[in-house]
Amino acid sequence: MSKTDYDMVIIGAGPAGMAAAAQAAELGLHVLLLDEQSQPGGQIYRDVDRVPDSRVGILGQDYLEGRQLTTQLQYDNLQYIRGAAVWQVDLHGKVAYTVNGKGRRVAGARILLASGALERPMPIPGWTLPGVMTAGAAQILLKQSGLIADRAVLAGSGPLLYLLASQMVRAGKPPLALVETQTVGDAIKSASHLWGALQGWSYMAKGLSMLREIQAAKVPRFRGATALTCQGQDQVQRFQFEHGGKTHVLETNAVFLHHGVVPNIQASQSLRLKHQFDDLQQSFKPVTDHWGATDAEQIYVAGDGSGIGGAAVASLSGRLAALKIAHDLERLDDDWLAQLSAPIKAQKRRELNARPFIDKAYPPYKKALLPDDPTIICRCEEVTAGDVRRYASLGCLGPNQTKAFGRVGMGPCQGRYCGLTASQILADANGLPMQETGYYRIRPPLKPITMGELATVEPEQDELSPLEHS
Amino acid sequence: MKIDSLFQPLEASSSVVDFEFDGQTLQAPDGANLAAALLAAGVVTFRYTPVSGAPRAAFCMMGACFDCLVDIEGVHRQACMCQVHAGMVVRQIKPESDDE
Repeated sequence: MSKTDYDMVIIGAGPAGMAAAAQAAELGLHVLLLDEQSQPGGQIYRDVDRVPDSRVGILGQDYLEGRQLTTQLQYDNLQYIRGAAVWQVDLHGKVAYTVNGKGRRVAGARILLASGALERPMPIPGWTLPGVMTAGAAQILLKQSGLIADRAVLAGSGPLLYLLASQMVRAGKPPLALVETQTVGDAIKSASHLWGALQGWSYMAKGLSMLREIQAAKVPRFRGATALTCQGQDQVQRFQFEHGGKTHVLETNAVFLHHGVVPNIQASQSLRLKHQFDDLQQSFKPVTDHWGATDAEQIYVAGDGSGIGGAAVASLSGRLAALKIAHDLERLDDDWLAQLSAPIKAQKRRELNARPFIDKAYPPYKKALLPDDPTIICRCEEVTAGDVRRYASLGCLGPNQTKAFGRVGMGPCQGRYCGLTASQILADANGLPMQETGYYRIRPPLKPITMGELATVEPEQDELSPLEHS
Repeated sequence: MKIDSLFQPLEASSSVVDFEFDGQTLQAPDGANLAAALLAAGVVTFRYTPVSGAPRAAFCMMGACFDCLVDIEGVHRQACMCQVHAGMVVRQIKPESDDE
């Protein structure tokens, strides 16, 4: 093994990364925590240390929970670097990143990928218009900048829409409407998971209380809506949908879309780790054991990046990975590992109880998984669903081939907002399972870097080894 | 391209700095998120796409989608990953000026 700078390098300071960092530091490991944002917290606890008291009542107590994690980062053996954009990770524990315009490289005995989730892409007609954003973006604007949109339409499915709507109600700017795509049929299908959900009662109680707030504010809710479209010239001006056999048109300049979140697999895919398609969560995730270990000895994954479980599950999975890494590095013996991990595993199981219910009750909007031909699916290169279907008819089987056909997934976002859709359309057109269709081959740099930034990287004797290609 | 902003601040900011977007002087709290500052100032279009020239603005606010790209002193950067500082010069990316 080559010389390492740290026992553990963690990528991402959300709940998984922060909890892992604190756990590992407490056990005496030399830890580096890298995060792209200016403040710790990830997206769920974005800027939680800086939020003014006036915003706390709007955001709710769950958000403030994040401070229990951000305040645990004070250890002499834990270095936390903010504003660090990681652009390469290799299988030997080397990590390259840029901070303040300077490129840096470090080596860790173990790497923990804790880069969380992305909004599931929701390609509907007009979703590229200015004024159409993700519900996650609306939350970030609220948490970090105290900004809230007037007369916004919230569309899609999932508890995040209720959370955002209730926060908007508390801020005195209730949404114009909540246009939901889940159906009565979905509610019936989810009923078989209700027992599990009731064991995770606190989630259900919170959901019901948010719905009461939304109802009390008389926000119109349209459930089982279809044919969602954003319309306008230079920005969104109308949101149109069908509901109850009628076409509805809402005048609005802000539409927030959401139909679940999916693991951010850019780094794990760039490492060619084994991934699997999760049918219930309709997304790819790296194959991990219950510690977060992957098929590469030095690489672990924790939090939503290894499968969607939410913030509480993420911090527990971060701690489990940290314990196992301490064990790998012989800082923790078998007995201690078993003893320390048992209560964390039990709590994680409890926290996961409500998940299958949520996944079944709020499935993705079908038309956004397999959009109509004219809908743009690749925002960067403006490739439509019809283009991808045409590539399939020309014999294109996998998403990597589509790049050569029409640059889909080759823009600056590197497939983050079209990868799943491109795979889904190909799988459907070719009658192949998602697992077989696969995902884009992601290559570094994971984030763009300027030549000037690259030039500041110190050369090394044993250079970053090229990634193994399977 | 400016309208009365759709995005309203929840609280008034105590200290603001001047910065420039496409020749217009705008104000935002020092260190504010640039994408948020542009939205708050009523900027609708951050850039035009190199493919069809379609207008785009911030979409994900978390550094993933690259729709909020702007030109900051000659470099295309994600506005949602930048902080406002006094005197910052930001430009809208137009198709003819795009070299990507």
